[in-house]
Amino acid sequence: MGLLDVKNLSVAIGNKQILEGVDLEIDKAQVFVLFGPNGSGKSTLLKAVMGIGGYSVTKGDILFEGRSITGLPIEERARMGISIMFQHPPGVRGVKLSQIARMLSDDEELIRRYVEELNLGYLFDRDLNVDFSGGEMKRAELLQILLSRPKLILLDEPESGVDLENISIMGKVLNNYLVQESAGCFVISHTGYIIDYINAQRGCLMIDGNLYCVGDPKVMFETIKASGYEKCKECHGVRME
Amino acid sequence: MSEWNRDIEEKDALLDAGIDPNESERAGTFMQVDGKVSVSHSKERGVELLPMEEGIAKYPKYKEYVGKAFEKAGQAIDVETEGGYLLLVKEGHTVMFPVQVCLMLKKKAFSQKVRNLIIIEKGAKAYVINGCTSSKAAEDAMHLGISEYFIEEGAYLNFTMIHSWGKSIEVKPKSAALVKKGGTFISNYMCLKPVHLVKMYPTAVLDGKGARASLNSIMIAHPGSVQDVGSRAILNHAYTSAELVSRTISLGGKIIARGHLYAKERDVKGHLECQGLVVSERGVIHAVPELETEYRDVDLSHEAAIGKISNEEIEYLGTRGINEEEARSIIIRGFIDTDILGLPNALRKQIDDLKEKLGTEGM
Repeated sequence: MGLLDVKNLSVAIGNKQILEGVDLEIDKAQVFVLFGPNGSGKSTLLKAVMGIGGYSVTKGDILFEGRSITGLPIEERARMGISIMFQHPPGVRGVKLSQIARMLSDDEELIRRYVEELNLGYLFDRDLNVDFSGGEMKRAELLQILLSRPKLILLDEPESGVDLENISIMGKVLNNYLVQESAGCFVISHTGYIIDYINAQRGCLMIDGNLYCVGDPKVMFETIKASGYEKCKECHGVRME
Repeated sequence: MSEWNRDIEEKDALLDAGIDPNESERAGTFMQVDGKVSVSHSKERGVELLPMEEGIAKYPKYKEYVGKAFEKAGQAIDVETEGGYLLLVKEGHTVMFPVQVCLMLKKKAFSQKVRNLIIIEKGAKAYVINGCTSSKAAEDAMHLGISEYFIEEGAYLNFTMIHSWGKSIEVKPKSAALVKKGGTFISNYMCLKPVHLVKMYPTAVLDGKGARASLNSIMIAHPGSVQDVGSRAILNHAYTSAELVSRTISLGGKIIARGHLYAKERDVKGHLECQGLVVSERGVIHAVPELETEYRDVDLSHEAAIGKISNEEIEYLGTRGINEEEARSIIIRGFIDTDILGLPNALRKQIDDLKEKLGTEGM
């Protein structure tokens, strides 16, 4: 039994089928990286795992620690230990980052430590995500994720809109958490920068809603950088079973 | 104090209007029930808080102020009044704690018509909390408060008015403020409980270089309530600025959120912001922002938005383990943003508690 088991999963947005028959497994303490071109269905898979509205599972099942979560509301999945970093989190006016942080944890010392490590002191009493820069948003997301002590972290392009310095700050804090808590992590990455910081064991390529090849994410990323996604798909050859 | 030995219902009503019957952290109290003044005293040197007639008798030079602010605002007031207060904060004096004023309706169908004069002398600074409330017996009663504020040179006034009426009460307050050179007037209005009708359009006249006004309102319209509330700033002098902000929520009632920035001189600056949230399936919010100028070289702007709680925000909070109902309540309480009121800590805490208590009733 994996931490996350995606079984024969089909997902539609409205009438449009995006994913068909996807199988995927992430083990406890495993970092899994999903590569793929824009529009290949990567985000759809991540959002379906979280249970975000509008992404309907038309076939198959999602299991978390062996239990089906396919029909569960978002907050239940969150409470079970799944936490997501949005690519573009919405601004919530009048709701402070500090307020959410304290709802997620009553460990003031832990909050203080993460706020310091993620350099969020100056944003702590600001409205959540309102007028935050790309890097600020992602750091604030990471704070909330880590305070909820998840077993599985879903990262939807953590590098987008973030400069290298911020990626480095986030990467280190994230990696510490993953190692200490033996948490799993499911990352969508375009640039591959984040894999420099976290010990990613498995990589996978998604094109047009299908998964191809499982391999060492660093090797895969080099192939993609050098020869493109199609080449990566050919080179590793086998469609994932 | 014997005047404060009131029944429980009345105490609760006072607390809901931001009035502290224990007067801890208050610089003074004025209280009028229906037509009768029951408390009027100041705890601080430099602050006079007197029934209107007594105040004018003691400070005859302020007699001529009566009607002056309205005149500057281009309004004529001709109403018979009974009672009301004079608040005088003397030159250079900073009042540490807020002064509290309470106007209460108790008798059925009583018409309370008061006249108030608030004078913040040169360089003085004060916070006032003005709570208006009614007892259960006061059905179909009405309140008309005529208030004038004078913020003299370099003075500062933060005036927070909390309306906490019953659902059959009608209120039509009228007020005007005259802000002199370098003066600051912050006016906050909150009405979170049901009321039959509130109709008001306070005006601030900025009459000297560097004068500044910020008029903020936070309103919730419950089913059957009508709140027609505006704020107006007349920028009468170069280098004055004003900000008018409203946050309105309809739970099925009707809100008309008016705002008017009027530039009568060059080199003035004003911004108007109306944000409305309709929570129930049906509810009326009508935002009427107006900008008016007589000169080219002014900077006036407005933004207005009316809508519902976004699903995206609810889902986002859901990913943090917060259920939908709780998320709605967090978003609504966040929308009622007391940050805009510029309150000192003691008052801020009290207003936030009030918001927690009242803001979510009936949602």
